[in-house]
Amino acid sequence: MSVEMAEMQKKNSIPPIQFGEEVTGAETLLRCLLLEQVEYIFGYPGGAVLPIYDSLYGSYFKHILTRHEQGAIHAADGYARATGKPGVCIATSGPGATNLVTGIATAQMDSVPLVCITGNVAQSLIGTDAFQEANITGITVPITKHSYFVRDVRDLPRIVKEAFHIATTGRPGPVLIDIPKDVANAIAPFSYPETVNIRGYRAEVVPSDEDVQNFVAAVQSAKRPVIMAGGGIIAASADQELLAFAEKARIPVINTFMGLGGFPGVHELSLGMPGMHGNFTANQALLNADCVIGLGVRFDDRITMGRTKEFAPNARIVHVDIDPAELGKNVSTAVTVTGDVKNTLEKAIPHVTACDSEAWIKQLKDWQQKQPYKYKKDGDTIKPQAVIELLYRSTDGEAIVTTDVGQHQMWTAQYYKFKNARSFISSGGLGTMGFGFPAAIGAQIAHPERTTIAVVGDGGFQMTNQELAIVSQYNIPVKVAIVNNQCLGMVRQWQELFYDNRYSQIDLTCSPDFVKLAEAYGVKGLRATTPEEAEAAWAEALAHDGPVVVDFRVAQEENVYPMVAAGNTLDQMELGDD
Amino acid sequence: MQQQTLAVLVNDYPGVLTRVSTLFGQRAFNIDSITVGGTEEAGLSRMIITTGGDDRQIDQLMKQLNKLIDVISVTNLSANSYVSRELALIKVSASPSQLAELNGIVEPFRAAIVDVGPTSLIVQVTGDTEKIDALLVLLQNYGVLELTRTGSVAMARSIVPATAAATV
Repeated sequence: MSVEMAEMQKKNSIPPIQFGEEVTGAETLLRCLLLEQVEYIFGYPGGAVLPIYDSLYGSYFKHILTRHEQGAIHAADGYARATGKPGVCIATSGPGATNLVTGIATAQMDSVPLVCITGNVAQSLIGTDAFQEANITGITVPITKHSYFVRDVRDLPRIVKEAFHIATTGRPGPVLIDIPKDVANAIAPFSYPETVNIRGYRAEVVPSDEDVQNFVAAVQSAKRPVIMAGGGIIAASADQELLAFAEKARIPVINTFMGLGGFPGVHELSLGMPGMHGNFTANQALLNADCVIGLGVRFDDRITMGRTKEFAPNARIVHVDIDPAELGKNVSTAVTVTGDVKNTLEKAIPHVTACDSEAWIKQLKDWQQKQPYKYKKDGDTIKPQAVIELLYRSTDGEAIVTTDVGQHQMWTAQYYKFKNARSFISSGGLGTMGFGFPAAIGAQIAHPERTTIAVVGDGGFQMTNQELAIVSQYNIPVKVAIVNNQCLGMVRQWQELFYDNRYSQIDLTCSPDFVKLAEAYGVKGLRATTPEEAEAAWAEALAHDGPVVVDFRVAQEENVYPMVAAGNTLDQMELGDD
Repeated sequence: MQQQTLAVLVNDYPGVLTRVSTLFGQRAFNIDSITVGGTEEAGLSRMIITTGGDDRQIDQLMKQLNKLIDVISVTNLSANSYVSRELALIKVSASPSQLAELNGIVEPFRAAIVDVGPTSLIVQVTGDTEKIDALLVLLQNYGVLELTRTGSVAMARSIVPATAAATV
């Protein structure tokens, strides 16, 4: 941070930040967060973090009091994904800390920068099974990028500085800082380091010139190239570079689920999403390509189907990733570049020319025309796909859309054509139900001027719907679209297809009246049971200046197609009903 | 599956061993042996870890290890010539009257009898894994009551720099 910025923060902060002043660990923490330009904190107080909450009282920070710690961390996650800035959440010791676990694992799987602050019992009680004691650093070792247990208040500024550095550099990820209560209460002169020096941690991954040359040469020689652009494009803010590279090299682009929005879904070179529920053309592109250019992707098993030898059988695979451990992890590669995709593309663009790919592009467009996403329309019943089409049409693809996990998530990925990076926010790696609504709250707070829609299922919404209290309390105008099929739809689909229609424990007909539930929290609630009502209710929701819940009662027995069944390869795709 | 020996230089902080061992479990690798101790530099520890895997698996394991913030460097000692030693203490069922006979067995191994009791004695041996296994086979004839061994400590030979290509 520049001296000017630090001075500005000092002026903006309450109380003013004075270096050398004797302050508590709690005050130290908050002053460090201010110097990291943190604006919002999502959290839930408790005994072990009372010193921190006492210091928060009357401070500069905007604290969002969620109704569950899981809501706090998903909201922080949504804020981070929508902005690229680190999300910050606070929870108390024991159950408060363990309630963050799902959110931490979600962020780790999707490479989201978070700084999670937990309290712990005083060090004199550590290891005694004290009230609300949990070894949260131990619990979260496999699901954090790094974690700290603060033993000495004098270490706290360095640790906070390192935590933000680690969370936001290289491949981003969640970092946990566990602060025992005695450290939060301890007094020390305030300081904050200017720089970070972590031996063995390489934050900057700049591609070598030789690697970039090999990359360009491999791409240039291809006649049937396809770019597979992943979440790394968005994390690196490389969407403009990808656009320039693809247009200049004339290479079609597949966006993975995590990469949706990283390349405009309406672009002539866009092929959409590949994989298990991807479209016919994207999968055919992978099957027939002579060169697959993976940019910030990890070749997840929802795309390779775990059949990595049969994946892209005719292609040389070129892989660019900031994380060297991803190169060669899941698929064999011909050319690899260890590097930030933005830097790599910036270096490559001046050297690349148009590939001999026009015949290939024409072939792909033919496939797109012949096999688009499709579903049977029904005059009386709302089809879930039609709900997503309605959301897209009404917002022209400009909204921020978050989702839970399940059928509605896949339909959103299929039918909403995302134009912009950081506009699709969903739990791709861990597949966390209950993520969508609190994540939308974080995204909406980050971008109050943008329409933010939480597309949720009736199952996932019930995991975190208590956060309706926040949208009501702070008047956060999230539009919640419940794709309500009164069951756990994706589980139902698998039971239909692979378990002989034995619908075990998927019935959600005894759910609350979501309209009344919304109203109970002081939120506008609407319901639609026909296509006409759907149009009207959604128009009313968008026109309403505040949060709204719309309960779309959709056809129950609707399946997500296309589908590649688990264990099959991409050429064994079921296209579904015409 | 080949056995591989990795030297992992880490920060000497609490919990680092947990992070490293958890990573092995998380990535479905088995730890055959692990030894940890101080190094030539204060504040750093060196872990010598033996594990199994082909070249591709070990490459992936080394990259994953290197992602841990507390890991300074990872070297695959098996990629080049290296020296490896472990220590074993072996309690053998034997009476003092068998001392001379047992000495005759352990001496060629440059091992030593370091404790003698009425019904048992303890043999101390250092060497590579094969040597210790070989001595164990001979001592099994008397009855091995208890065995404890350290796992390998290892170091690259001087003629091959430890920073050869196998380091990430």
